[in-house]
Amino acid sequence: MNDSAAAPLVSIRGVSRSFGDVVALDDVSLDIHENEFFALLGPSGCGKTTLLRVLAGFEHPDSGEVRLTGEDLLAQPPHCRPVNLMFQSYALFPHMSVERNVAYGLEREGRPKDEVGDRVAEVLRTVGLSDLARRRPSQLSGGQRQRVALARAIVKRPRLLLLDEPLSALDRKVRAEMQLELKRLQHEVGITFVVVTHDQEEAMSMADRIAVMGSGRVQQIDAPIDLYQRPATLFVAGFIGTSNQFPGQAVEGGIAAHDTVLPGTAHGAPVSGRAVLVVRPEDTRLVDEAAASVSGTVVDTQFYGGVSTVAVTVPGHDAPVLHTRPGAPEVERGAVVHLAWDAAKAVVLAG
Amino acid sequence: MRSLGWLRLPMVVTYVFLYLPILVLVVLSFNASKQPFTWGGFSTKWYAELAGNAEVLQGLGNTLIVAVGATVLSTALGTLLAVGLHRHSKSNLLDAYALVPAILPDLVLGIGLLVLFTLVSMTLGLYSVLLAHVVFGMAFVTAVVRARLTQVDPSLEEASRDLGAGQVSTFLRITVPGLMPAIVAGALLAFTLSLDEFVIAFFTNGPSSPTLPIVIYSMVRFGVTPEINALASILMLVSFTAVISAQRLTRLTDTV
Repeated sequence: MNDSAAAPLVSIRGVSRSFGDVVALDDVSLDIHENEFFALLGPSGCGKTTLLRVLAGFEHPDSGEVRLTGEDLLAQPPHCRPVNLMFQSYALFPHMSVERNVAYGLEREGRPKDEVGDRVAEVLRTVGLSDLARRRPSQLSGGQRQRVALARAIVKRPRLLLLDEPLSALDRKVRAEMQLELKRLQHEVGITFVVVTHDQEEAMSMADRIAVMGSGRVQQIDAPIDLYQRPATLFVAGFIGTSNQFPGQAVEGGIAAHDTVLPGTAHGAPVSGRAVLVVRPEDTRLVDEAAASVSGTVVDTQFYGGVSTVAVTVPGHDAPVLHTRPGAPEVERGAVVHLAWDAAKAVVLAG
Repeated sequence: MRSLGWLRLPMVVTYVFLYLPILVLVVLSFNASKQPFTWGGFSTKWYAELAGNAEVLQGLGNTLIVAVGATVLSTALGTLLAVGLHRHSKSNLLDAYALVPAILPDLVLGIGLLVLFTLVSMTLGLYSVLLAHVVFGMAFVTAVVRARLTQVDPSLEEASRDLGAGQVSTFLRITVPGLMPAIVAGALLAFTLSLDEFVIAFFTNGPSSPTLPIVIYSMVRFGVTPEINALASILMLVSFTAVISAQRLTRLTDTV
């Protein structure tokens, strides 16, 4: 789907931005492709919102370059950019009806009245709000307001739609619904979406590609599955999902820790010296003592219905090693167990 | 509401203390007798007489020119000042200086303005009163509009810019409508304050065009007539209406 040979829609090169002593963006470079659902994922304060505001035009970077289809985006003021932003607070104009809110952007473009009316009606149909066109924002539920904000942002058919924490203000049930809705809409309208979120599940389930950000830097850009299976840094491994981490020395075929070699694979550049082996709980399995990578005592078992998690204390490791399996746990507390994993499923990272 | 119990008594006494003078004034304005303190039956003749008093009518005209002019100017300038301070000022001192004319003693402001006008050799007239009234009117408008600004979501203006509106268009279509209740409330306040302002007008006015409060003052020097009672009652009614409307609007502001 993402033909990296084609020219990217958005190209961000070496963008930095500081607020006083705080570095919000530190030499950020990334490409966003046409029709992509792209996510900027990271903990609060990682710079993802600043990057979004740079794209929208409300922040100007201290250095770096941003191009949209080859043109210098930073030279254009926010109201001239073919980019629209869906605000986290939705920012609906309280003194205007739903219809007037959605029409606002088209009217500023000076479109003829008929065209504005048709396009507003069409986009309200798309988001399922035709019946509420004459209501004020204060008369709508949270989910409905979010749809209005979305309709208002896509009605101008921007080259790039930015969404700032689009689901954070909704309750759980509406959230799941809107998640599917956003994905459907993105296919339907064919606009490139860039969503900022701190929720990894949200990013993983919606995005084609995710840029994980931490302390102002891009840590890794990958498809959700690659990001999960092959984290490039310890930060990513720790931030995305749950993982077991074993510190040690990098050796051929894994790492050496406590007189044993734990099997693992280094992706990309070879790792030497201090290293950490990362293995997901579901990639571990219970084995006989002879085949074991690590052995220990079960301290806790948790049953979640679909899956269960077993926590094992292994001598020499501070944190318990986690093992998950489908269904009910097959071992009890206090039992001595042996765990192993495939070298291909464990990742060796520079420590 | 919870019963006030014995606290009801001091409350009633307080309100009587506050409003008895006004009540006496209004009642006597309907007194048919010319003697101020003897009741001669109900009559509206003083109101009719007032309508034929050229001096009073001229004063009323002058006052309306000053009040309307000062209200328009101080509302426009005060709103702009409030928005400017809200966006750009990080200095508490600058904020405070914008509000000082509202609490400064009228005497100080009046003398100060007179000295300034004399210094720049300005001839005094209605326009000098108007300018003087803008000084404190603007301070009140700024205070009311600033209070409203702190409740407005700053991303509304960004959303407008994002949707293709320039800065001026955003100000007129999004910022001003959002502030409208506060702007109207501020304007009503400025109007009421200008309407019955005496001290500053006394200092900064020329001799040929007295405002209504000055006309009343010169009439009172020869004794309080029922005619003046009638005039004061009308002024009070106008002020009351404006202040209550302003209060209602600021309350609306809080709930939106």
